[in-house]
Amino acid sequence: MTEATGAPGRRSMQDFEAALTGSATEVATFDEPRRSLLQQVQHFLHSHPTAVPVIVLLVSVLIFGSIANNFFTPFNLTLIVQQVTIIGILGIAMTLIILTAGIDLSVAAIMVLSTVVMGGLGVNLGIPSVIAVPIGLLCGIACGAVNGGLVTLFRLPPFIVTLGTWKIFFALVLWLSGGQSIRSQDIDIHAPLLKVFGGTFNLMGAQFTTGSVMMLILFIVFWYVLNWTAWGRHVYAVGDDREAAALSGINTNRVLMSVYAVAGGLCAFAGWVAIGRVGSVSPQSFFEGNLDAITAVVIGGTSLFGGRGSIIGTLVGALIVGVFRSGLNLSGVDVLWQQFAVGALIIIAVAIDQWLRKVSG
Amino acid sequence: MLRSTLLAASALALLSGAVPSAQAEGIIGLVTKTDTNPFFVKMREGAAAAASELGYEFRSFAGRYDGDNETQVEAIESLIAAGAKGILLTPSDSAGIVPTVQKARDAGILVLALDTPLDPPDAADATFATDNYRAGLLVGEWAAAQMGDDIDDAKIALLDLSEAEITVDVARNQGFLTGFGVDVKDPNRMRDEDDPRIVGNDITQGAEAGGRQAMENLLMRDQGINVVYTINEPAAAGAYEALRSFGFADQAMIVSIDGGCPGVQNVAEGIIGATSMQFPLLMASLGVEAIHEYVTKGDLPEPTPGLDFFDTGVELVTDQPVDGLESISSAEGLEKCWG
Repeated sequence: MTEATGAPGRRSMQDFEAALTGSATEVATFDEPRRSLLQQVQHFLHSHPTAVPVIVLLVSVLIFGSIANNFFTPFNLTLIVQQVTIIGILGIAMTLIILTAGIDLSVAAIMVLSTVVMGGLGVNLGIPSVIAVPIGLLCGIACGAVNGGLVTLFRLPPFIVTLGTWKIFFALVLWLSGGQSIRSQDIDIHAPLLKVFGGTFNLMGAQFTTGSVMMLILFIVFWYVLNWTAWGRHVYAVGDDREAAALSGINTNRVLMSVYAVAGGLCAFAGWVAIGRVGSVSPQSFFEGNLDAITAVVIGGTSLFGGRGSIIGTLVGALIVGVFRSGLNLSGVDVLWQQFAVGALIIIAVAIDQWLRKVSG
Repeated sequence: MLRSTLLAASALALLSGAVPSAQAEGIIGLVTKTDTNPFFVKMREGAAAAASELGYEFRSFAGRYDGDNETQVEAIESLIAAGAKGILLTPSDSAGIVPTVQKARDAGILVLALDTPLDPPDAADATFATDNYRAGLLVGEWAAAQMGDDIDDAKIALLDLSEAEITVDVARNQGFLTGFGVDVKDPNRMRDEDDPRIVGNDITQGAEAGGRQAMENLLMRDQGINVVYTINEPAAAGAYEALRSFGFADQAMIVSIDGGCPGVQNVAEGIIGATSMQFPLLMASLGVEAIHEYVTKGDLPEPTPGLDFFDTGVELVTDQPVDGLESISSAEGLEKCWG
């Protein structure tokens, strides 16, 4: 342009392009500088968010398999799957909410409350368990709807809402249960349906529970829903940019409300599975289940800022924690270093997420 | 934050039935570790009943979780502000709460520790507690007697509370091992033993879910485990579920400590071999009476000879009694159990 303004002499209307003489004439393009190897890796991981946790999982299984006795056996590997079942299902609920750029601190409280409702009705009050279980599930959905209502109608931040309901739901747990566990043997007599997900079956040296199979089915269902249904895409859209989603015609409040209600239902379902796994209805258990679920989601590569991540990553994240716990335990490592390792994993996972968000081009 | 906690705490006090009586002799406060555990619920009932009988106004507070020191500090501060006569405290952090306890004592309030001694123990005016070491010792001796000549073939799983070496956790664990005949090295430290019969330690958080996972992990180390020590009865119930899912329900004997009713019921059904019962209601009512004695006569309770606290007793509950160990049956236990 400098050449045009500075050019002396006559100019006609048709002549104006003469100003371009000597200047660049290409149409605007994106710069495609040669990427370093590191940038290529960054791009690959940015477009395949589940790759990092999968690599970590495989490497840790190989390492523990070579250093820890009894680790690399079908029985132990499936035992790890059993051990992550509850946190895995809570993780599905947490992933849905984190994808909308929210957080739910009340997941474990909803779960325990639902188990106390199911157990209280089915065992203590002697109501048939085919009725007690659906009421427990409805209780979870209702709790989720309370969270969703406060987040959407009153526009309160999800962190604060669920910090509050976490306390409230746990208070209800204590009020309903008196802090008292319902014994496994009493459930067997009065409401065996509550323990349906505790059933085990063996396959070539491996042991599965119906609960862990159910968890895997739920992961597949929600993977499909998130990727191949309008509702699933709306969840991502709302989390990525709520305003843009609203402008493109998505009823964001309705999406958020449904996400919290579905998450509440999933938590109640996790409770049903937990009764099978733990054996009893225990108001004291899973006090930190919410943080364990967030841990699985974060290690699984889902961004806490919403809109990016995958449900399968959460399964892998939960498995990584389970593999570390089991592997370190079988190596005879003191329990406090197991906590240390999980803490380090969280920080590394978030650091990788931050690095990927800065991806260029 | 502070204010909301205080509000919540005072709301709790109202809920727990603190009806100020017209001729109140003063305020007695109870500060427990949590209000979730039936053990503390029972303790609160015992203290409330004794306080109203003696004409005191009763206020109760609780931490939000086991180990929650801040809420207990706030509770004691508000009791100081209210001009309480005496405070009954089950400390979450035995050492951490001491400066706050000292403030209360400086204000002329009698502070009694219940269930868990302070560190140092004489930081409280007196302590009413279960001898947790003896509770562990009893089930350890019982397990050793059950093993008989096979004691050298024992494979022991230790299901503790947490990794934090909490006083109660350590005392029960080391008591059990001593009773079983294991060299415990430093009796103030868990996990420093090198007896080959110990398969390992793991943590349960004192709940069923943790008990199951810990038992699974230790069974993966050694499937021959035949003696299982558990910190409390919920952890024992979880351990049993794990043994059952592995198909080993009959292979291992489980011992525990507490004396909660579901636990004693599990003794009756043969799920737990033996448990040591403690008496929270007695701790609380004795504590209230001691405050009354002090307020009216100025006398302090004397500790049990040989101990630095007042032992409220422990009883072994089992349906397989062994010679030389006094015990009660599960049927008797069900009449005395708490929660």
